[in-house]
Amino acid sequence: MMTTLIHQSAAELLGLLNAGQATSAELTRAYLARIDAVDGKVRAFLRVDPSAALARAEEIDARRKSDKPLGRLAGLPVAVKDLLCTTGEPTTCASRMLENFRPPYDATVVQRLKAADAVLIGRTNMDEFAMGGSNENSAFFPTRNPWDTTRIPGGSSGGAAACVAARMAPLSVGSDTGGSIRCPAALCGVSGLKPTYGRVSRYGLVAFASSLDQIGPLAGSAEDCALLLEVLAGHDPKDSTSVDRPVPDYSRTVTEPLKNLRIGWVREHFGEGLDAEVEKAVREAIRGYQSQGATVKELSLPHGKYAVATYYIIAPCEASSNLARYDGVHFGHRTDEKAMVAELEAQRKDLHQRGDQKALDDLDNALIRMYRRSRAEGFGPEVKRRIMLGTYALSAGYYDAYYKKALQVRRLIRRDFDEAFKEVDLIVGPVTPSPAYKIGEKIGNPLEMYLYDLYTVSTNLAGIAGMSIPCGLSSTGLPIGLHLQAPPFEEDRLLRGAAMFQQATDWHTRQPEI
Amino acid sequence: MPEPYTVVIGLEVHVQLLTESKLFCGCSTRFGSAPNTQTCPVCIGMPGSLPVMNRRAVELALRTAVALNCEIPHFTKWDRKNYYYPDLPKGYQISQYDLPLSRDGWLEIMVSPLPSGEGPGVRADVLEEGPHPNPLRAPTEGWSGEGTSSTKRIGIIRAHLEEDAGKSMHDEAAGKGDSRIDLNRTGTPLLEIVSQPDLRSPEEAKTYLTELKLLLNYLGVSDCNMQEGSLRVDANVNLHINVAEKGTAPEKGIVPLLLRGQSPFPAAEGIIATPIVEVKNMNSFRAVERALAYEAQRQYREYQETGRKLGEAPKSTRGWDEASQTTRLQRSKEESSDYRYFPDPDLAPVIVTEEEIEQIRADLGELPAALRTRLEQTYGITPYDSDVLVNQGRPLVDYYIELAEACGDGKLASNWVQQSVLRTLNERQIGIAQFPVRPAALAELLSVVKSGKLETVRARDVLQAMLETGKSAAEAMQALGIVEVDDAAVEALCRELLDANPKIVAEVQAGKEKGVGMLIGQAKRKNPNLNAARFRETCLKLIQGMN
Ligand SMILES: [Zn+2]
Repeated sequence: MMTTLIHQSAAELLGLLNAGQATSAELTRAYLARIDAVDGKVRAFLRVDPSAALARAEEIDARRKSDKPLGRLAGLPVAVKDLLCTTGEPTTCASRMLENFRPPYDATVVQRLKAADAVLIGRTNMDEFAMGGSNENSAFFPTRNPWDTTRIPGGSSGGAAACVAARMAPLSVGSDTGGSIRCPAALCGVSGLKPTYGRVSRYGLVAFASSLDQIGPLAGSAEDCALLLEVLAGHDPKDSTSVDRPVPDYSRTVTEPLKNLRIGWVREHFGEGLDAEVEKAVREAIRGYQSQGATVKELSLPHGKYAVATYYIIAPCEASSNLARYDGVHFGHRTDEKAMVAELEAQRKDLHQRGDQKALDDLDNALIRMYRRSRAEGFGPEVKRRIMLGTYALSAGYYDAYYKKALQVRRLIRRDFDEAFKEVDLIVGPVTPSPAYKIGEKIGNPLEMYLYDLYTVSTNLAGIAGMSIPCGLSSTGLPIGLHLQAPPFEEDRLLRGAAMFQQATDWHTRQPEI
Repeated sequence: MPEPYTVVIGLEVHVQLLTESKLFCGCSTRFGSAPNTQTCPVCIGMPGSLPVMNRRAVELALRTAVALNCEIPHFTKWDRKNYYYPDLPKGYQISQYDLPLSRDGWLEIMVSPLPSGEGPGVRADVLEEGPHPNPLRAPTEGWSGEGTSSTKRIGIIRAHLEEDAGKSMHDEAAGKGDSRIDLNRTGTPLLEIVSQPDLRSPEEAKTYLTELKLLLNYLGVSDCNMQEGSLRVDANVNLHINVAEKGTAPEKGIVPLLLRGQSPFPAAEGIIATPIVEVKNMNSFRAVERALAYEAQRQYREYQETGRKLGEAPKSTRGWDEASQTTRLQRSKEESSDYRYFPDPDLAPVIVTEEEIEQIRADLGELPAALRTRLEQTYGITPYDSDVLVNQGRPLVDYYIELAEACGDGKLASNWVQQSVLRTLNERQIGIAQFPVRPAALAELLSVVKSGKLETVRARDVLQAMLETGKSAAEAMQALGIVEVDDAAVEALCRELLDANPKIVAEVQAGKEKGVGMLIGQAKRKNPNLNAARFRETCLKLIQGMN
């Protein structure tokens, strides 16, 4: 019973729950057992609270039994990336900085999940503050790819993708700033959707880059993503950037194939640097759409070549400001004050004895030293790197050359998409240049890591919708992702396009042996 | 002898707007609550929280900007000003940088056209000032008006909205050096109004502040309470020293630095500008005046000692110390004040339409300057009188207008309001709304005064009785035994006193008419209701008849 349960889709599980053929407690126990069995190898979760999850499941079962009204996801376990504020529970962003942070409030999506009667089964690992594409930047431990535990699961929502791939949760919530849902979805062989900017409330999402961050679903199929997105999406008066538009019934329409579908592929995405096996799988997928009646068009997104550079200015600039609050005064790790003050006194005494007045004048006061020390201890190297990049780019005299210029290019990138979507309904291509690489392989080369985001960052810069679905396996048995992009607020089209592919193929049903 | 320099002053005024809730969250803005009780995840910058703009704050800000004759751009946005300080929990302040919600306005103030020659820096005539960057603004020397006062336009560079920071309380007395932070104030809407460096003396600075406060009061946008921090003033001040005249320094024609928040007034040939000093910590308008006067003298002394000019020393910040009546250096090191401004991605830009601006303009109501003119023209009172009345605020002006209309004599009404009414308000520490005698009742009394049947001195007694007993004018007069003395009684009293004082009669006959005045006191003691003027008139007539 247990093993069969965890291999079913969320939609199927919901059917079983509604038909009384399974209880939420059974389901939750099955997933908790799975976590117990395999998470030692994968390490997708930062925290799991089995008794709280079970209590919640039983409470929902009781309500179901007495025919009380239930939410959209009633009884389904959902994993949550550890950057969504949840009242009274640690929300660490996989950072030492927030190791002890317990928000006094719920993020809007957490509220929505609770209102939908989801069973929040655990908090997933990630790159620190969502900065990274490999999960190696977690301050606690790296998550491993369930298909090959010597490899990265992708990032930053690595735990979110890996837990779905290893069947430790049927549904999972991640966030995507430059590919952070789609990249791990591709590398772990699951489906993941980054909604249009403004489709899902960011209230309570600990910010990395405010103008790019967007919360989205990860699941075993497009159909399950539709179910979860339906709960997550919607206008929120607490987020000024959320858009007041009705949320379509994605899960009702997701299985309807798109008629007269026009797909486009971007010339620039099939050039140098793209792994041959990835290219082959993506081209095969395009032929698959063709055989389903879609027309195919070759496109150009001429400003796409500036996307990575643009992204690595805008995102760090915003991050440098967003992360300023972690200074040890109100939020974040604070250095050992006694030791710090003692050290400062010793320094002062020493300089005094040596008569070095200049060094004495330049010596930090206690507050400045506390800031420096707390931030030096609390943040990991990648976060520091991006804070420094952003601080530099925003400095007087550099603003026009970097940030302002980047905003201008960003508008051009969006315009490219607007033009392209006049001719096609969906843009199709690779998600990552290659399948998952080895843990440690690129850690010494941040630039190479940044280039890994090549195909995904434009989606965020343009604020449009994007999705990754499995479309093949490499010769070494690693998943390959297919990238679908749609115009703003066309998540319905995106999901139906993805579901169409999944009706004709079985890549999304392949599961790692673990 | 007047000092050979001009003081150049620009003021930055932070005004707390009268909104129920903070600029980006729903927390109350009430003053005086227990520390950290008016906070929420948004205003304390909790990770994950997001700001939502308070439309009411923008409305009040626009209302002020329109009243300050500012240009209102149709597109304005929010920027982050990044800096670290314990009372700034987010590590940045949401403010407005390059596209403020208003710019290039002016406020007209009343000034004395001639310097008194007292105190430092009152000589506006020393400088031949260069062309002003904005030709639409009246130049500093553009006096208008006549007599003892005239008006001067003080340029407003910009007025923009921003959120307030929290309050740090340094507990140094406890010896631990710990600081406590109260975030109740964090996120309160502030309107920062930055003036051009158009003010030429500490007195002018005070006048500008008084007029600005009055305007804000009439607009109903702020309570301007300096004690509670709802109005805060920082000043940028330096000197333009006329070296041609005194030959204190040989250098000529310096190029001033362009600093944020103050466009230094271009110094002309033969004029040297001293480094700009920002003065903070002034807790009253009087303190502003004193601090600026002190600072002018100090800067002149410093210039004489060091010869340092603008651009040769970094802008320094000095704090006014009330106890010692001096300014003290707070910061002089070339500390980086790079705020790394950039547009706040959490907030949408604000679009202001022409219709909205017109609506605001239509709803402004009558502002102090226009009201003064109307009072002068409609009720025939002097600019001095209209100024006194208008400066008391709109409710008192309304009282005055009702009184003037009812008694039909604007001047008389003005005198009574300024003397009796205001004195009572002061004595009783009440507002005009609590003044027990309403305009119609007071008008009844003034009509009697106007008819000549009641003297002012007696009328004051009547008003006092009205205030104490709540009676009408007629009732109060009756209670005081005030009845009109008929002609026969006046004449009888005159005869009686003239008969008793032949010396006075002789003096009057010799042409010294004022001798009669000496009889008035005696007459009044005999009959308090006697009208002195009539008594005098009758006496003179009788003496004439004696010839
Ligand atoms: Zn608040």
